[in-house]
Amino acid sequence: MLKIENLHVEVDGKPILKGIDLEVGVGQEHALMGPNGSGKYTLSYVLAGRDGYDVTKGRVLYKGKDLLDMPPELRAAEGLFLGFQYPVAIPGVSNIYFLKAALNAIRKHRGEEPLDAIDFMKLSKEKAALVELPDELTSRAVNDGFSGGEKKRNEIFQMAMLEPSLAVLDETDSGLDIDALKVVAKGVNALRGPDRSMLIITHYQRLLDHIVPDVVHVLIDGRIVRSGDKDLAKQLEEEGYTDVQDAPQL
Amino acid sequence: MSASTEQIDSILEKKYDAGFVTDIEEEYAPPGLSEDIVAFISNKKQEPEWLLQWRLKAYRRWLEMKEPTWAKVSYPKIDYQEMCYYAAPKTNENAPKSLDEVDPELLATYEKLGIPLHEREILAGVAVDAVFDSVSVATTFRDKLAEVGVIFMPFSEAVKEHPELIRKYLGSVVPVSDNFFSALNSAVFSDGSVVYVPKGVRCPMELSTYFRINAANTGQFERTLIIADEGSYVSYLEGCTAPMRDENQLHAAVVELVAHEDAQIKYSTVQNWYPGDENGKGGIFNFVTKRGLCEGARSKISWTQVETGSAITWKYPSCILKGDDSIGEFYSVALSNHRQQADTGTKMIHLGKNTRSTIISKGISAGHGRQTYRGGVKISRGATNARNYTQCDSLLIGDKCAAHTVPYVDVRNSSSKLEHEATTSRIGEDQLFYCRQRGLSEEDAVSLIVNGFAKQVLKELPMEFAVEAQKLLGVSLEGAVG
Repeated sequence: MLKIENLHVEVDGKPILKGIDLEVGVGQEHALMGPNGSGKYTLSYVLAGRDGYDVTKGRVLYKGKDLLDMPPELRAAEGLFLGFQYPVAIPGVSNIYFLKAALNAIRKHRGEEPLDAIDFMKLSKEKAALVELPDELTSRAVNDGFSGGEKKRNEIFQMAMLEPSLAVLDETDSGLDIDALKVVAKGVNALRGPDRSMLIITHYQRLLDHIVPDVVHVLIDGRIVRSGDKDLAKQLEEEGYTDVQDAPQL
Repeated sequence: MSASTEQIDSILEKKYDAGFVTDIEEEYAPPGLSEDIVAFISNKKQEPEWLLQWRLKAYRRWLEMKEPTWAKVSYPKIDYQEMCYYAAPKTNENAPKSLDEVDPELLATYEKLGIPLHEREILAGVAVDAVFDSVSVATTFRDKLAEVGVIFMPFSEAVKEHPELIRKYLGSVVPVSDNFFSALNSAVFSDGSVVYVPKGVRCPMELSTYFRINAANTGQFERTLIIADEGSYVSYLEGCTAPMRDENQLHAAVVELVAHEDAQIKYSTVQNWYPGDENGKGGIFNFVTKRGLCEGARSKISWTQVETGSAITWKYPSCILKGDDSIGEFYSVALSNHRQQADTGTKMIHLGKNTRSTIISKGISAGHGRQTYRGGVKISRGATNARNYTQCDSLLIGDKCAAHTVPYVDVRNSSSKLEHEATTSRIGEDQLFYCRQRGLSEEDAVSLIVNGFAKQVLKELPMEFAVEAQKLLGVSLEGAVG
């Protein structure tokens, strides 16, 4: 699904990612953990195609195609979804109207007919239930006046609606209390499937209690220093990032 | 990124759709302004003596007046002696009575603008008066409207057929000497539409006038007069376009509305005059005076405007709420991209008791565009229990544009209630990226955000035109980002 090879990225001339190699197979769920400033955020933005990140070396293949060559909307249309750490508000544009425009843009790319209002409403009701998003929020302006937890739930709701092939979830757990965390995790788990891959970026292990990944990677100072199974996350929680970095590779 | 760049480039090339010139022989008044020119126009229109005198009086007043400078717009000095004040397609010498006699070139022009004038092709329920430079070239559905007693005809014909109506109402809401541009218009106005809806009649279709400036170096000065008699209702819409020319052209219109007891007038504008190029070369100077008088009790006048064109817009559609319990409304979306400047707003003058007014203004600035909301709410001594609600929102796109809000409030009756809300927001890179990550192109994202911003106003437009206006907002913003 996703193959990152020797990826080097600079921001304003400063190296942030210093040679990342990462492969996420179809249907796999990977977690990327690391301390603040390790480059997690940068990696998610580079994958989604945000301006201002200079790829100086390496390449990224997505479904066998050169991902870095595509504009952000094409990546989205090809099934790449980024769950934002800080989703922005778009005042005046209703959540549901926004999603309908997005979904139909993606459907158009796939050569499918746009969904009409009735089918769309049916689908959105079904998906909103998945993350317990109240009706009131689906009709409000995009993220406008949403609480931190509501914004995150809205991201997962959007993911459910757009049915991506690869979801990159950036700090989906940040700012969530334990109940909200469970709801979001339930939503994410419900969306797991044999055709869908996920890359879950997180600072803390607690999310991984609820969403159990196939592989865990540790990112420190722009490099992946360790990879392992779900127990690596637990080890991190107990020993901290520094020890893990220094420990010999198993 | 190549795919998206190409996409944006191709849309950008589209730019101003209405910018073509119709190749038709026109008759002009010699350039310049004098009593002779005023007489020439009056004579061309075969007007009665009283109207000529009215014009001359206006002209003399105008000579004593100074061009206003208080608006937040800057433009090169207008040389009033350099432009023409009258231009008319030659074939129209003896105003055609039926569409078959209208020059096919003119019909084709309106066709191209999406305004077919053949009645069978027109959107059901919309009657159109087509004004080309200084004359009306066609008015549709007149007979059908006449059946219910509704008068809908070019000004020049109304002067002949209904002189009592014109004499009674012309200048009754906007006096000749109201301002510099209204005085100029009163002296040289050429055509426009007259509407009269008799007592108790609900006008069976939307009425609309489509203004087109074609001739070079010529100003357009139209005059619109709408009278809604007791208990009647009418919805009227005007649209306007002009060719792309390097020099600026002046458009100075006057619109007067009168609503009698229990009558309602809904007046909508979709203004798409040529805005000039991205460097500010060319474009229409739009100096317009629009005012409605809620003469009778429980009458209502509602202005809705979508202003996307013109290099300069100077326009304050206003309401005088004279009748008790009368209602005035103003809904506006104004957009300035590139080097466009708009200074627009409204005045609500409360005279009667329990009068209510609502002002919703949405300003969008992009590129180097400048945008000013200027609004006045006046509650006079006798306006007991008057209410006003004002909301002005500004949306900025990019970092070189500007938005200003200048509200004036003058309250002389302590029982009144006024509310004012204002917001300023910006389309940020974060929002655009968020939309693109969800699969929307940059242009679609901007158009989505802008239409969301303007929705409150667009929903006030008649259905057919709301769709047009929505598209127009998208087109006018092309190239505003990235």
